[in-house]
Amino acid sequence: MNNSRRHFLKVAGISACALSAGLAGVAQAQAGSYEPNAQGLKAKRWAMVIDTRKFTSAEDYKPLIEACHKAHNVPDVPGNQNIKWMWLDKYDRVFTDDMNAQLPEKFKKGMFPLLCNHCTNPPCVRVCPTQATYKMADGIVAMDYHRCIGCRFCMAGCPYGARSFNFVDPRKHLADPVPNPAYPTRMIGVVEKCTFCAERLAKGQLPACVEASNGAVLFGDLEDPNSVVRKALAENFSIRRKPSLGTQPGVYYLI
Amino acid sequence: MYNAKYVIAGIIVFVALFSTPFWAGMLSGSYQRPELVLPQGEKECIEPAAFMRAEHMQLLNEWRDQALRNENRTYVASNGKKWEISLQNTCLKCHNQPAEFCDKCHITNSVYPYCWTCHIEPKGKK
Repeated sequence: MNNSRRHFLKVAGISACALSAGLAGVAQAQAGSYEPNAQGLKAKRWAMVIDTRKFTSAEDYKPLIEACHKAHNVPDVPGNQNIKWMWLDKYDRVFTDDMNAQLPEKFKKGMFPLLCNHCTNPPCVRVCPTQATYKMADGIVAMDYHRCIGCRFCMAGCPYGARSFNFVDPRKHLADPVPNPAYPTRMIGVVEKCTFCAERLAKGQLPACVEASNGAVLFGDLEDPNSVVRKALAENFSIRRKPSLGTQPGVYYLI
Repeated sequence: MYNAKYVIAGIIVFVALFSTPFWAGMLSGSYQRPELVLPQGEKECIEPAAFMRAEHMQLLNEWRDQALRNENRTYVASNGKKWEISLQNTCLKCHNQPAEFCDKCHITNSVYPYCWTCHIEPKGKK
């Protein structure tokens, strides 16, 4: 009796294995395959170098911000619920590690551009409970808004304030039709941020702010010694935001 | 059996109530397939119609993950044709009247995906 039960269980186990393997094979049978865009720009680690010496006033940054916000349908919400992909702030709030009391006038009063730093060690990715935000192989910290549950852990995690929450329906503050009908908007209750224009890179275009900057903002592969960013960093003194945190930002400032 | 007449009457009432959905389904008219307005001037979708009908939701999920996470933004269909992975710029270019196409089946099947809270709903030709 015992022997035959043992035998039965063995046969049942083997057949369950075979059946599930067969089912898995059927489930994996998919129609097509996927590949990167042929014309897309590729890099091992995308990075940006902003030459702040080429900008004299806050007005000079406006075309960059406008290009970015237009390309991604970023709304302009009045008050403290605004959505920021690229924005400006004062030196002491941008480079908080630099505590020198005496600084040239340009740094005391001037405005500096801010955006997501696309860190090598992004705290926002570590804290996201749904993996709605993630780091891609090319160093871009991206978001999948479908998965965002709006918990805002990433906003607490990001030391650069680069993330904005949609407290209201962003379409209420956008023109109809939206500025760029080829790009989606976001919905109420999700967090959003700069994407280093991953969708433009895939089409072989540089990011919108880089294109609008007339060469004052450089974009390239940090791992490639011949890239424009590596050359700019080799020839100039550069700083990054809050380096002591160890997040290794991908946005460099030439001061 | 104790209280047989109450128990049996109760069972009959229970079975009658329990099977009402079946009676209601049998008495009402037969299921009408929703009539879709197919895109004008387009002969084929990215994959055969039968596959698209059954699998478009899985395909869209795969498209999203491949494009957003793996940066594979080109889809090679089973017939070798290449397509840009984009709901807004590929699917909706042909299917530009969601009210006459997507909504017809979704509403019939009580499925209400919220695509248009983010993706731009095409206005279609009027």
